[in-house]
Amino acid sequence: MLVVVLLGTLPLHRFYRLSVLRQPLRLLAAIVPAAVLFVAWDLAATAAGQWHFDPAQTFAVRLWGLPLEEYAFFVVIPLAGILTFEAVTVAGSRRPRP
Amino acid sequence: MTYSAAAAGAVLVAILADLVILRTALVRSRTWWTTYGIVVVFQLITNGWLTGRGIVRYDGSAILGSERIVLLGDGRVAYAPVEDLAFGFALVLLSCALWVWTGVRIRTPGER
Repeated sequence: MLVVVLLGTLPLHRFYRLSVLRQPLRLLAAIVPAAVLFVAWDLAATAAGQWHFDPAQTFAVRLWGLPLEEYAFFVVIPLAGILTFEAVTVAGSRRPRP
Repeated sequence: MTYSAAAAGAVLVAILADLVILRTALVRSRTWWTTYGIVVVFQLITNGWLTGRGIVRYDGSAILGSERIVLLGDGRVAYAPVEDLAFGFALVLLSCALWVWTGVRIRTPGER
C-alpha cells in the first residue's frame, strides 16, 4: 500500500516540476519531528493494546513491537502530503483565480 | 487515554503548531484545504484497504465504535475508525506546516 501511495504521488514531482526531492535536508527537517511524535504515539497505543497488526499480513520483523512498514508509513505519508501540497501550490499559481 | 481522546488532542496540537508555534497559518489558506481534500480521499481508500482486510485491528474499548469491521457506521468510515481521520489530518497538517516553516529557513543553493 505504501508503494501504491508513492506510485501515485512521486509522478507529481516531475509533472509539476517540483523541487521537493532536491531539498533533502529541508525534507528531513519537515518529516522527522512529526514522525518522532507519531511513532511515539503509535508505540504507546500499540503497547496499550489500542490497536495491533495482523502478523499474517505484515512483515515478521518487528522493532519495538511495530512491523517495519509501520515506520516507513511515517515517512511515506508525510512525503505524499508534502508533494500534494506543493503540487496544489504550483497548480494554483498556474491558474490565477479571479 | 483512549484513541478517541488522543486523536482529538493531536488535531488540536497540529492546529496550535500551525497557528501559534510555527505561525505558518496553513489552516487559513486555500492551498491547505485543497491539499487536504485530495489527501482525505486517498486516505479513505488506502486506509480502508488496511482496516477492511484487518491488517490493522482496533480494540473496541479505545475507539468510539466497536471492533466490528463495517463499511460505514458504528464509528467507522470506509472500514476505519473515524479517529483515523483525525490522526491523518494531524499528521499531514503538521508535516506540511513544518515543510513550509523550514522553507524560509533551510535553503538549498539554487532552489526557489
